[in-house]
Amino acid sequence: MSGLLVLEDVDASYGATTVLRGVSLEVADGGMVALLGANGAGKTTTLRAICNMGVKTRGGIRFAGKCIGRTSTEDIVRLGIGHVPEGRGTFMSLSVDENLRLGALRRRDAGIAGDIARICDYFPVLRDRMDQQAGTLSGGEQQMLAIARALMSRPRLLLLDEPSFGLAPVLVQDIFRILRVINKEERMSILLVEQNARLAFDLVGQVFLLETGRVVASGPPQQIAADETVRRAYLGQ
Amino acid sequence: MQAFLHQLLSGIADGAIYASVALALVMIFKATHQVNFAQGEMAMFSTYIALALTQAGVPYWVAFVLTLVFSFVLGLAIQRLLLRRLSRLPHASELTAVVVFIGLFIIFNGAAGSLFGYTLKEFPTPFDPGAWYGSTYLSSHEVGMILMTLIVLGIVFVFFRFTRLGLAMRAAAENPASSRLVGIRVGWMLALGWGLAAGLGAVAGMMAAHKVFLDPNMMSGVLLYGLAAALLGGIDNPWGAPIGGFIVGALVNLAGAYVVGSHLQQALALLVIVVVLVFKPSGLFGRTVVVRV
Repeated sequence: MSGLLVLEDVDASYGATTVLRGVSLEVADGGMVALLGANGAGKTTTLRAICNMGVKTRGGIRFAGKCIGRTSTEDIVRLGIGHVPEGRGTFMSLSVDENLRLGALRRRDAGIAGDIARICDYFPVLRDRMDQQAGTLSGGEQQMLAIARALMSRPRLLLLDEPSFGLAPVLVQDIFRILRVINKEERMSILLVEQNARLAFDLVGQVFLLETGRVVASGPPQQIAADETVRRAYLGQ
Repeated sequence: MQAFLHQLLSGIADGAIYASVALALVMIFKATHQVNFAQGEMAMFSTYIALALTQAGVPYWVAFVLTLVFSFVLGLAIQRLLLRRLSRLPHASELTAVVVFIGLFIIFNGAAGSLFGYTLKEFPTPFDPGAWYGSTYLSSHEVGMILMTLIVLGIVFVFFRFTRLGLAMRAAAENPASSRLVGIRVGWMLALGWGLAAGLGAVAGMMAAHKVFLDPNMMSGVLLYGLAAALLGGIDNPWGAPIGGFIVGALVNLAGAYVVGSHLQQALALLVIVVVLVFKPSGLFGRTVVVRV
């Protein structure tokens, strides 16, 4: 496999509890991939394993050809992975502007102010709230802020943990539309964790289906959606 | 009236010391939700280093800066070498930290006593020794104390508000997991916070020592006032804590002169702590973070 992100036979555990068993998946450079599955299937754990966030992993995790299994969470962002965590990870008491600047903390170039302006073109609502405390933003605005914060690090790969969680459908559509634009225009690869399979199907080129820590199906969304057993078990149809 | 003004201003000057200590306590509390009971003793120990330096002939301001560096490294080292390991113990709890802080308190107190002796020692001041321009209210040292504190507070404010490192430290204190994802080394930010807090304490110690003379127990009362100040201003609010310091300074001095007498001043600080905790735990300026879900 030669994708931008490659997981090969990855086990992951919290203490004595093994959550992932032999997970293999791949995100192509410029690709958009969804990781689907029910609650507790190990979707969030997969993202945490990639970022070495409090989970013990075994197996091969490679990003841009380099093994990153032992790289600390703090250094992952430098390699070019932006992680939008479960629960959005907002710095509540800091301003929107400060949240965005934190995203670019490990950068040393002069383009930070320019990037804030550029990213606010995707999320105009943030521009109006620059000096507001981030904790006062609505759920949807905080989700946009979380994505914008990750974009500030100029990642090659964006990991998104259920960006639709708790949001009104119209907002979710808005966010997914923006994700498509970011993927196309910036050629940014995206690995999207979702519970809402139908939404993800319209967006991505490749789907991996997780069940109790194993990948049980993978392929293009049309193929997954057509599979009778998958439909009955995971899509409620 | 003149006597009243004198007590008030002198109290505000003392308050400058409590303000620095309060800010040091708040800095560590914001990041760890722990109150460092050894903060005052660390400051006292630093002050002895400053005294040793000046006695060795080092000019005051050079000794001052060297003492700040020493304190910073001391605070950093305590966090990196001791507290970081403790927090990784499988059964570490809030009480573990409290016990360690009390242990540090005793160690610094004992070390200062055995190294430097228990007798009161005179400590130099960089300011004019007499009254302030013939003022009957304040000595030059007291005015210097207030100015020094305001300058230090200003530097701390600018550091946290306008520098990348300051922003990273605030972020690490608020949301460690999210901070790691943007590349902040949270452990080092904590250590840096300990270093800065120790430096702030050292400033307070050096300012206080000229007024009350230096001995190993010099800061135990100051810590109590500092804690009362931090709680009064809002233990979660770095800007409220110094204001609380000035208020506590004035209050304690005035009440000591006119109401309760000098023996009950420390009891008054305890009363402030109890009243704040019972009636307004967030303090006068404590903000509750507004969260919409």
